[in-house]
Amino acid sequence: MIIGRVIGTITSTINHPFYDGHKLLVVERTDAQGSPMADYLVAIDTVDAGTGDRVLVLDEGNGARQVVASRDAPVRSVIVGIVDAVTAS
Amino acid sequence: MLLGRVIGTVVPCVVCKGLEGVPMLMLQPLDKAGAPRGGTIVAADSTRMAGPGELVYYEGGREAALALDPWFVPVDHTIIGIVDTWGQV
Repeated sequence: MIIGRVIGTITSTINHPFYDGHKLLVVERTDAQGSPMADYLVAIDTVDAGTGDRVLVLDEGNGARQVVASRDAPVRSVIVGIVDAVTAS
Repeated sequence: MLLGRVIGTVVPCVVCKGLEGVPMLMLQPLDKAGAPRGGTIVAADSTRMAGPGELVYYEGGREAALALDPWFVPVDHTIIGIVDTWGQV
């Protein structure tokens, strides 16, 4: 999993049927100190995160499909947590 | 998933079994600011409605093929949806 910060939302009318009703957020990856990195991803939100939140993102297909309770959903990135604090030395 | 801009179409004359009729589009990956990043790729289009100039989000890897029907096809990038609005903060 990676830690990132929500930097935006995506609205979409025409999409794969599985994505109907799923909220999509744009998450920029952050390093251990919380500084933004160049990487980002678009992920399904399962925890009601919002813009500015630090979030935990699962970026792996099998686990992601488990989270969305589907055996064949075309999903790899899922926000699975909102982070309160990170301690890194 | 990542964001990309459709910049063209690809018309293959011979394709693997299962990919007949699947639209193939030239896609320019974008960074989190919406600027072009990296080389162009060819992506299948699960929406079947995307066209040149449109902003889309796409999935890569094994999950890309899961967006198609049949799903056991040799595809590594698939357009999942067309972006209506992209709210950035």
